[in-house]
Amino acid sequence: MTPLLQVEGLSKHYGNFLGCGDVSFTLWPGEVMGIVGESGSGKSTLLNCLAGHLTPDAGRVLFDTREQGLRDTLAMAESERRWLARTDWAFVHQNPRDGLRMNVSAGGNVGERLMAVGARHYGNIRSQATDWLDRVEIDTGRIDDRPRAFSGGMQQRLQIARNLVTGPRLVFMDEPTGGLDVSVQARLLDLMRGLVRRLGLSAVIVTHDLAVVRLLADRLMVMKDGRVVEDGLTDQVLDDPQHAYTQLLVSSVLQV
Amino acid sequence: MSAYNFAYLDEATKRMLRRAILKAVAIPGYQVPFSSREMPMPYGWGTGGVQVTAACLVPEDTLKVIDQGADDTTNAVSIRKFFERVADVAVTGQTAEASIIQTRHRIPETPLTEGQILVFQVPIPEPLRFLEPRETETRVMHALEDYGLMQVRLYEDIARHGEIARAYAYPVRVEGRYIMDPSPIPKFDNPKLDNSHALQLFGAGREGRIYALPPYTRVESLDFEDYPFTATKAAGQACALCGSTSSYLDEVITDDAGGRMFVCSDTDYCASRVAAQSQEDAA
Repeated sequence: MTPLLQVEGLSKHYGNFLGCGDVSFTLWPGEVMGIVGESGSGKSTLLNCLAGHLTPDAGRVLFDTREQGLRDTLAMAESERRWLARTDWAFVHQNPRDGLRMNVSAGGNVGERLMAVGARHYGNIRSQATDWLDRVEIDTGRIDDRPRAFSGGMQQRLQIARNLVTGPRLVFMDEPTGGLDVSVQARLLDLMRGLVRRLGLSAVIVTHDLAVVRLLADRLMVMKDGRVVEDGLTDQVLDDPQHAYTQLLVSSVLQV
Repeated sequence: MSAYNFAYLDEATKRMLRRAILKAVAIPGYQVPFSSREMPMPYGWGTGGVQVTAACLVPEDTLKVIDQGADDTTNAVSIRKFFERVADVAVTGQTAEASIIQTRHRIPETPLTEGQILVFQVPIPEPLRFLEPRETETRVMHALEDYGLMQVRLYEDIARHGEIARAYAYPVRVEGRYIMDPSPIPKFDNPKLDNSHALQLFGAGREGRIYALPPYTRVESLDFEDYPFTATKAAGQACALCGSTSSYLDEVITDDAGGRMFVCSDTDYCASRVAAQSQEDAA
């Protein structure tokens, strides 16, 4: 079996400061990988390096492309990388404003990726947009409303619909539940869990919220100061943390 | 006259312009940057078109200048006079007689022929400008053919207005590659861009960009399969002077009581039809 994503010795420095150092892991098809750690531990740097938003100083990111099998995305031409970014990859930002076009209607937001890969039939684009709004539990009557008129939770669900409409195989999520209140978070997590399981998506989820990884992630990496300090199956890491920092992290969760 | 170099610009500048034009012709629809000069007229009055015309002019040329289809409006008259003075070339109002036609906002109704050059004045050369404000990013989008955003704009039009609401400067795709702003011509004129016999040059003075459509270039207006492009004009109207039902019409308000008439925007086309009709009547 070919891994979907294989990361080898990835490092990124900001001047003398280490963003993330010597990260290696393998993501298999259908697997969800969680990356946890406190603010500034290099989680987002790592995610942005994987998704091609940042150029790492060293290392390789191999992705299982449809035509040519495993290829180093860092050695690809910009055009190939952008093509991947709008077909096989998806990126869900923490702040939906970064991932949505705020002055374009909900339908246009969902349809953009379809049109970017060549869809030119208005009726089909619209029916697919309607279908996806329905799947992420947004009232389809609001298809022509701008995201500005949506609540935070709806904006985040719209962002997810916009990303998943082209049937990506790998989803990068950066704190997808950040900034939402707990009941909305719970609904969003429920929705994401359903989508991930039903579509057989692979995902890399960066979060500081251990509940999110407990619900969604199969495997877990714990980062501190730019290094991976522990990794393993989610339940194993959370229930039997080995590294002192992971123990601190797990014991810091408030019990209600 | 002797105080000016031929066609106002010095020879080195004209060579620079010709290089940009040649490159633009070689890559249809691609915006070639050039170092735009200050011209003795304000930006927005056709400084880009004037520079392109100056670079193309030879003493044997016959020049026609139109503004919104008319030969007798301020912009057209001043540019025509400018070239009469600084290049001493023959000028004409008749489309068929001209070898170079500088235009603002229209393509003449009379079909252009091989050997003619049509020079457009362009205010905003970048078709993606109001979708993506960063010039660095629009260049990358052109380079990578990342044109989904343009289609999103058309989608938004249909979602909101039930049709693609763009009536002028309607974006086109050149030879299946670059998306191009055809300058603010009405979309009625878009089909004339396609497979034209004449060379079409576009000059944007303020933005310093030249682009071109060589003769017989495929130019498609963007649309959706189920909302195809239509070249529209004032529906069900005929020109009040020449009776043409196929030309692009201007609506002219004639009094304060709501009186109005529709006349051809192309004055040469209209006048030649009126002249032909009066000859027939006399015969």
